[in-house]
Amino acid sequence: MTEAAVSLTTPIADAAILSLHSGDSVLLNGVIVTARDRAHQWLYERFIRQSVAPTLDDLIVYDALKPYLNNGLIYHCGPIVAELPDGSYQFIAAGPTTSIREEPYQAEIIQHFNLKGVIGKGGMGTATLQACAQTPAVYFHAVGGAAALIAQSVIEVLDVYKLEFGMPEAMWVIRVENFPAVVTMDAHNRSLHEQILTRSKWNLENLLG
Amino acid sequence: MSDLQAQLLELIRLTATSLPPDVETALQDAAEWEDEASTARNVLQTMLRNAAIARANSTPICQDTGTPIFYVEYPQSYSTLELKAIIRAAVSEATEKNYLRPNAVDSLTGRNSGDNLGDAYFPEFHFEEHTGSDLRITLLLKGGGCENVGCQYALPDARLKADRDLEGVRKAALDAVFQAQGRGCAPGFLGIAIGGDRSTSFAASKEVFLEKIGEHHIDPEIATLEARITREANQLDIGPMGMGGHTTVLGTRITQLHRLPASYFVSVSYMCWAFRRRSLTLAYGKAIYD
Repeated sequence: MTEAAVSLTTPIADAAILSLHSGDSVLLNGVIVTARDRAHQWLYERFIRQSVAPTLDDLIVYDALKPYLNNGLIYHCGPIVAELPDGSYQFIAAGPTTSIREEPYQAEIIQHFNLKGVIGKGGMGTATLQACAQTPAVYFHAVGGAAALIAQSVIEVLDVYKLEFGMPEAMWVIRVENFPAVVTMDAHNRSLHEQILTRSKWNLENLLG
Repeated sequence: MSDLQAQLLELIRLTATSLPPDVETALQDAAEWEDEASTARNVLQTMLRNAAIARANSTPICQDTGTPIFYVEYPQSYSTLELKAIIRAAVSEATEKNYLRPNAVDSLTGRNSGDNLGDAYFPEFHFEEHTGSDLRITLLLKGGGCENVGCQYALPDARLKADRDLEGVRKAALDAVFQAQGRGCAPGFLGIAIGGDRSTSFAASKEVFLEKIGEHHIDPEIATLEARITREANQLDIGPMGMGGHTTVLGTRITQLHRLPASYFVSVSYMCWAFRRRSLTLAYGKAIYD
């Protein structure tokens, strides 16, 4: 882990992504979009695999999201959001959710939208790591459960799409300031999660005898 | 709103926003144990900072406020139907106040009820009548990340070379921690049940989370095994959030149930570091929260 955190602001240039390495601390800024299980399946079925025909509403949401996602970031998060008396929203608790559930969809979603990264917890698999190398993009790891702390980085809720998925599953477009994360999968085929898995497997075999 | 509903609302608020002192102490000890300037220590300190912010702002520690699991010990004169109705009302109100995230999703339609009230199993209830006059309600909020890494072994297990004995239990427990990696939000707490059928075994593996950290099994041999599993899990080098380090498990508790001759289940429930457990006791007209 490097000492000083690197600041990144969306939209992020390829050069900035390529300069990142697994273990680097970062502070994320700019506009990001939350998306978890339902959003990933919805995007994948309608716009990538195209196994479900999109409705007019789906197409409107897709067109609205595309500019945010191009050179942008998806955050695996199902937040608690307060609706204020004036109709605006405020993030109350917003830690990352487990990313590996999106593994069947993530690689193609990264490439389709030209994402520069995803933020989550627990790491992702080989398909996502390959997409990170090709796009390029990185995986940012946030501290799971640190919901009150991360919510303080969310300074504005710009919009919300597919609220009918429910509060946790909707796609919230938010502006963040100094969102702390660590690169754990970089665009150079290095994954901290793969390293930990290999090392802990060896340790387990010794302990099992 | 009844007094009890208001007291339950406070129980939910406290559980969601304030980490129990024994859990916080375990995290502090772990942070000191990790190497200086390590990722592991940094992650643990972030968790502690987050807990302090959540308590100060009265906002949830983790956005996943999980399945609300209520353990209710009630005097003979009480009606469980009435208690259920009051608890459900308090859960709905707590959701409105953003102490809880709306988490009850219809499995067929995908519709989120919006108020944390689902079918008879959501929120979850465990009622136990007793002869005393106190009403004691303990709430566990168990998040989905750690629930997803819970698992059940049927021994013997050829892959692990685990037989139907305590050595087999040890192997199953360590394998469960390995399989979870950081995905259960390590450092976690392990609840292990030996025996029972599939459902009673899992239920018992969660009931051990009601006890304070540092308590051990009454049988010294099992208490030794609890300590050994914790120690060896920490030698896996998975670390806080699976990013490497000495702290993967903060504690292990084992319980046992009678089993069928044909079955030998080892159920492992994983509780994330955001171990949210609080109790409300009503005795002599007073409400005590701990």
